[in-house]
Amino acid sequence: MITKRIIACLDVHDGRVVKGVKFVDIVDAGDPATQAARHAREGADEIVLLDITATHEGRATLLDTVRRTARELFVPFCVGGGIRTADDAAQVFDAGADKVSVNSAALADPTLIDAIGRSFGAQAVVVAIDAKRDPKAADPVRDAEVFVQGGRKPTGRRVVEWAREAEQRGAGEILLTSMDSDGTRAGFDCELTAAVSEAVRIPVIASGGAGTVKHFADVFGRGKADAALAASIFHFGVSSARSLKEELAKAGVSVRLPC
Amino acid sequence: MRVTVIDYKAGNLTSVLKALRHLGAETIVTDGDLAMVEAAERIVLPGVGHFAATERLDATGLTGAIRAAIARGVPFLGICVGMQWLYAGSSEAPRQPGLGYFSEKCARFAESSEKVPHVGWNSLEIRKGSRLLAGVEPGEFVYFTHSFKAPVTADAAAVTQYIEPFASAVERGNVMGVQFHPEKSGATGVKILRNFLSWEATGTK
Repeated sequence: MITKRIIACLDVHDGRVVKGVKFVDIVDAGDPATQAARHAREGADEIVLLDITATHEGRATLLDTVRRTARELFVPFCVGGGIRTADDAAQVFDAGADKVSVNSAALADPTLIDAIGRSFGAQAVVVAIDAKRDPKAADPVRDAEVFVQGGRKPTGRRVVEWAREAEQRGAGEILLTSMDSDGTRAGFDCELTAAVSEAVRIPVIASGGAGTVKHFADVFGRGKADAALAASIFHFGVSSARSLKEELAKAGVSVRLPC
Repeated sequence: MRVTVIDYKAGNLTSVLKALRHLGAETIVTDGDLAMVEAAERIVLPGVGHFAATERLDATGLTGAIRAAIARGVPFLGICVGMQWLYAGSSEAPRQPGLGYFSEKCARFAESSEKVPHVGWNSLEIRKGSRLLAGVEPGEFVYFTHSFKAPVTADAAAVTQYIEPFASAVERGNVMGVQFHPEKSGATGVKILRNFLSWEATGTK
């Protein structure tokens, strides 16, 4: 039976894992390679590394970080942040990533999705979407607005419509972050996640708002998510992917329990 | 031990190479040097992407060289599209023949309410005394990402359920294939790759 995936997310700045709320009060949380290996050992189904450095000089550091992290990692490994061209993606794949996540650059030039998919396969392209409900829209959920640049800049695009375009262009998965829920620890936006998940045939990874085990059970059930991103939950209460999954299994969610 | 890894320009080989090297293998990559296949001790055909990309194996003459190597008893492992290529063909690219070592054809998952592609960790039902899957317990999980699959036949070494049962591993003699990605399947995948690297002919060439 296919299982729901718990994906550990590492925010990386200048080659170090950082934690902080909304990029404020950033504190050092360790070495990415060590952290990724620990999460994989403890049962994370996948590792996402998001580079928040986003400077030109940071690219070399990022590639080195990806190389070191990938070396001993035998679960799927996705890298995002600052990937603007198919060449950028090729370098990240060459360093050992299995997937890349693209966001702002794909909105600026949607053919980036086609280009990466053509060279590396759809399974290697994750389109990350940051969306915020639009109370003025006819359907505030399906017509949630897509934002770029870390949620600072509105695009005028609607979430369901953009997710469908991404799928048609050859995206393999959607990583959907609810800006309304992000950082609240009050739960995922299940309605938003379900609206996108029902609109596409590719997997949807839910992100933003996790605070308790029940939030994960909700987004896998009501939210129809195929996977969920766990970042700060490992810093607040739930100690590891293993304990999260053990609790989810008790709640009837199909998960891969680590050996 | 040495492993010849076939590159047919359909995606990224880094993960497969990394996993093989982690297990102590020396890897040799070729995209068309037939001598490397003729001298191969073991062959791995990875694969992500589209079945049509296997056309390159025919164009470069690799198909014939691999067929001859298999006939000599060289252990062969196809991964994902590399497994599907062992069959007669796939509805993904109907005009592109596969190797035909297994006579059936691969097909897309049937339409259902479930999503296609099948992406994520799913479990293995181990079918018979598979050498490739030795030591893998029924129910262990491996990582899949695919839309096309091979049918369950007598050669299936493992079966997985998604929409319908399909062959998640196949094995006959020195020829093995896995639909999942052992290089991305944690300790279970590493165990399977190690089995392939320690596979030795038992006189049944």
